[in-house]
Amino acid sequence: MKPTDIRVPDYFHKVVDCQWACPAHTPVPEYIRLIAAGRHDDAYMINWKSNVFPGILGRTCDRPCEPACRRGRVEENNGAKPEPVAICRLKRVCADNKDAEAIRARMPKPAVKKNGRRIACVGAGPASLTVARDLAPLGYHVTVFEADAKGGGFMRTQVPRFRLPEAVIDEEVGYILDLGVEFRGGTRIASMRALLAQKFDAVFVGSGAPRGRDLEIPGRREAAANIHIGLDWLASVYFEHVKKIGRRVIVLGGGNTAMDCCRSSRRLGGEDVKVIVRSGFEEMKASPWEKEDAMHEGIPILNYLVPKAFVHEHGKLTGMTFEKVHAEHDAKGRRRLVPTGEPDQFFECDDVLIAIGQENAFPWIERDIGIEFDAEWDMPVVDKMTMQSSNPKVFFGGDAAFGPKNIIWAVAHGHDAAVSIDKLLNGGDIRERPEPGVSLISQKMGIHEWSYDNDISNDARYAVPWRDKAQTLKSIKTEVELGFDAKSALAEAERCLNCDVQTVFTKDVCIECDACVDICPMDCISFTSNGEEADLRTHLSAPALNLTQALYVSDTLKTGRVMVKDEDVCLHCGLCAERCPTGAWDMRKFFLEMTHAGPGCHKQVKREAA
Amino acid sequence: MTWIAKPKLHHPTLTCNAAGFTRRDYEGAVSTLCAGCGHDSISAAIIQACWELDIEPHRVAKLSGIGCSSKTPTYFLGQSHGFNTVHGRMPSVLTGANLANKELLYLGVSGDGDSASIGIGQFVHAIRRGVNMVYIVENNGVYGLTKGQFSATADLGSKSKKGVTNTDSPLDMVGLALQLGASFVARGFSGDKPQLVPLIKAAIKHKGSAFLDVISPCVAFNNHPGSTKSYDYVREHNEAANKLDFIDGRDEITVDYAEGELIDVTQHDGNVIRLRKLAASYSPHDRVAAMNYLHERSAKGEVVTGLLYVDEDSHDLHGHLNTVPTPFNRLGAKELSPGSATLEKINAALR
Ligand SMILES: Cc1cc2nc3c(=O)[nH]c(=O)nc-3n(C[C@H](O)[C@H](O)[C@H](O)COP(=O)(O)OP(=O)(O)OC[C@H]3O[C@@H](n4cnc5c(N)ncnc54)[C@H](O)[C@@H]3O)c2cc1C
Ligand SMILES: Cc1ncc(C[n+]2csc(CCOP(=O)(O)OP(=O)(O)O)c2C)c(N)n1
Ligand code: SF4
Ligand code: SF4
Ligand code: SF4
Ligand SMILES: [Mg+2]
Repeated sequence: MKPTDIRVPDYFHKVVDCQWACPAHTPVPEYIRLIAAGRHDDAYMINWKSNVFPGILGRTCDRPCEPACRRGRVEENNGAKPEPVAICRLKRVCADNKDAEAIRARMPKPAVKKNGRRIACVGAGPASLTVARDLAPLGYHVTVFEADAKGGGFMRTQVPRFRLPEAVIDEEVGYILDLGVEFRGGTRIASMRALLAQKFDAVFVGSGAPRGRDLEIPGRREAAANIHIGLDWLASVYFEHVKKIGRRVIVLGGGNTAMDCCRSSRRLGGEDVKVIVRSGFEEMKASPWEKEDAMHEGIPILNYLVPKAFVHEHGKLTGMTFEKVHAEHDAKGRRRLVPTGEPDQFFECDDVLIAIGQENAFPWIERDIGIEFDAEWDMPVVDKMTMQSSNPKVFFGGDAAFGPKNIIWAVAHGHDAAVSIDKLLNGGDIRERPEPGVSLISQKMGIHEWSYDNDISNDARYAVPWRDKAQTLKSIKTEVELGFDAKSALAEAERCLNCDVQTVFTKDVCIECDACVDICPMDCISFTSNGEEADLRTHLSAPALNLTQALYVSDTLKTGRVMVKDEDVCLHCGLCAERCPTGAWDMRKFFLEMTHAGPGCHKQVKREAA
Repeated sequence: MTWIAKPKLHHPTLTCNAAGFTRRDYEGAVSTLCAGCGHDSISAAIIQACWELDIEPHRVAKLSGIGCSSKTPTYFLGQSHGFNTVHGRMPSVLTGANLANKELLYLGVSGDGDSASIGIGQFVHAIRRGVNMVYIVENNGVYGLTKGQFSATADLGSKSKKGVTNTDSPLDMVGLALQLGASFVARGFSGDKPQLVPLIKAAIKHKGSAFLDVISPCVAFNNHPGSTKSYDYVREHNEAANKLDFIDGRDEITVDYAEGELIDVTQHDGNVIRLRKLAASYSPHDRVAAMNYLHERSAKGEVVTGLLYVDEDSHDLHGHLNTVPTPFNRLGAKELSPGSATLEKINAALR
């Protein structure tokens, strides 16, 4: 293998699994250390810069970082159930404990000098709000058009209050609108043609994926009064048009919307609430923790039941019948649901909530104004890197771009679109994306002292405490999770391995004494003859079986061998560096920050060849 | 030294041996030696060898004297018995322990100062008595613990860190062990674990006094140009006499060698050591030839490593003394005090 070029930012970025997996590339270990140090304001600002909604995301994020977290891998085969660091709920800790006054003071101020450019954002969900936040302080005049009275999008109207208090939304949406953004609440854009006619310099479409899929089976029309589309029903609950539901409720669907529907039902009079899904429990789209939360509230999840009919008497819903199925796999490994032949199952109910899917809809975008739509899915054609549509001045992001995703993806799209818009209006090539800002700094403070806590915690993941069930089921507005207290937050933060503190190897001073190999608790390091990667991976101190994790390979050493480090399960404990007599190993903090819209993204970066 | 304990977490693929232990279970406390000290690598090699041989830690006694090398038993086999003697007296205490309970595996760990200077008298007698043990000298040519004075194994003409030349002749512990009748003699290098681990395994499986001289650079006081015990010097002058695959019956012999290149050595309990010859003329069965070969090579400035001598029909102290099969420490009052009638009989025979 060729020696690893650690100057390429992606190399060390990938080692920080959580940051790499985060769509907005939040510097996770940095904020976790700040929380451990009690520096909540600093931790909040790091988050705010990257992901815009720390308080909201600290309660609701889909957390793609957690399945990626190294802690989950290093705990494998080491006793208790392997679990990642509670990255998401730690984020909430800094939002809960920050000094509100101090944070206000640290927010950017509205631009003193406007640059004369006008940007329109359609919808006030997280995608549009991110565009507004990135562009307004630069002097752009950003106008956000929102059909609802208040900003926040689905974060406000879909995510129920027992998961996300309204005050948190008001606060974090407020930070953005206070940047001199023009907010036009209660204004639905009915025509893109008309909007374009207003000669904005750029238009960002962040209108979401607003349509809930219906279920056309016998009885749908007859029993319509007690059959509700989950998405619309949740919005009605938010707007308080709906204040109660029947005693017996069936929720159809296995996604997160279904979980919010069933838990909301429990709080609005539903006593016998069940979730029924077509396929297996394991295959459900809902996150494992959302399923757990629902079951904790006494909501059973029944699987392998395909809805057949709504049963009604005298125009009133009485229940539903389901066909029992099981999963079969064909030669290609594709799964099919096959009837078991058993008699259909009937469940009595008073109301049904349909949460079987969510779709885009752009009735307000005319198809003859140069914005190309994909013929098969009727979705706008959007560039994944720039978020640009076929009209160079029109950009899409969030659920409107590629179908329903989540808040953090909407934020990431917003950042990308803001960079594109800023470059476009400054005469740059929007396909040339800005390099991230990186630094790599030694953490050595003394002979065996580091500026980070390198002692590895053996604790298992801490659970976030919940409010008593009897209390939370009484009101839809009572938040269930209490958030970590100071003690458990510190202990959970200590589980983080500081994956951004990189092991950096300097080949020229290595005397090949084996000290690092001997001390490494995870058998990461080997001195061996070089070879092809596939071959090298098999004859290291421990087999390097995780192909998604890089091998760090040195140039040829004095004895003709090379140093190979498997990054996979390194604890970043620094013992290799402590035991190295010559300082060939050093622990250096790799800090990477994405370059957002602004002067930094206009620079043409030319990296010298490796 | 390192302040934190070595993390408990281990590689997910780490497996247990037949005794039910992972390799990590054979570790001890975190080392307090200087970073990069060769002694730590020897500890790692001992850990690896014991794990591979499925040794039960509670059946091992580690004995050592004084010195950085003699501190190392704290850093491996944390679940075994240990004894730190006064300076240089380890061989005598080990002999006593072995007499009391011959069923443990005795690991004597010492330094060139501990064994070749103050303890030379103890060393020679333990070897010539054939005490069943593995005797490892972690040889760095200096008194590391007392800040780098030349030891008795420092080569004539080698230079100290401050530039002083050694004017005394060196004492060759391998030569001494051969002459004193050790039935297993080998030399290794802390910087070459593929060679060292099989040597330690073979020594553990040997019955009788097995002596291992392991060159182990002292990074603090003897790893400079002019030293003959530095990493660079040993790597440049290392001449391996043979390459050893330790085979303990279970392992398959997977590598094919040409006829005449291999020597199989069968030890007392049937275990086989397979040697690949590197020096064509060298035979590990001939004590006198081995001594000659070593002298020749060292005159040329080479450091010969490998398995240098092994006696297939070895004996040990208990054999020589014809002791009873039961270890002494398990003999009860009945066996030890046969009663006044028997005493009378013995006394009568002596009158
Ligand atoms: C029930 C439910 C629960 C969810 N829970 C989570 C969760 O816990 N965590 C998570 O990460 N994600 C969750 N999501 C997904 C998440 O809410 C969305 O992915 C995210 O809000 C998308 O953001 P966006 O900016 O694309 O648009 P949205 O948040 O959908 O906002 C779009 C806004 O545009 C407005 N609008 C639409 N058309 C027009 C128009 N023509 N003119 C003016 N305004 C318009 C709408 O009124 C809306 O306010 C959930 C979704 C649902 C349905
Ligand atoms: C009776 C006695 N004399 C002298 C000393 C001082 N002393 C401690 S260690 C040592 C030499 C150790 O050298 P070596 O065995 O080579 O160990 P190393 O530190 O080099 O591994 C000496 C002379 C002592 N501790 N006790
Ligand atoms: S251990 Fe910490 S730094 Fe490493 S991936 Fe997990 S959260 Fe990120
Ligand atoms: S930091 Fe060094 S010693 Fe610690 S696990 Fe990683 S490679 Fe091993
Ligand atoms: S002084 Fe020398 S022998 Fe002692 S620990 Fe340091 S390097 Fe090792
Ligand atoms: Mg010494």
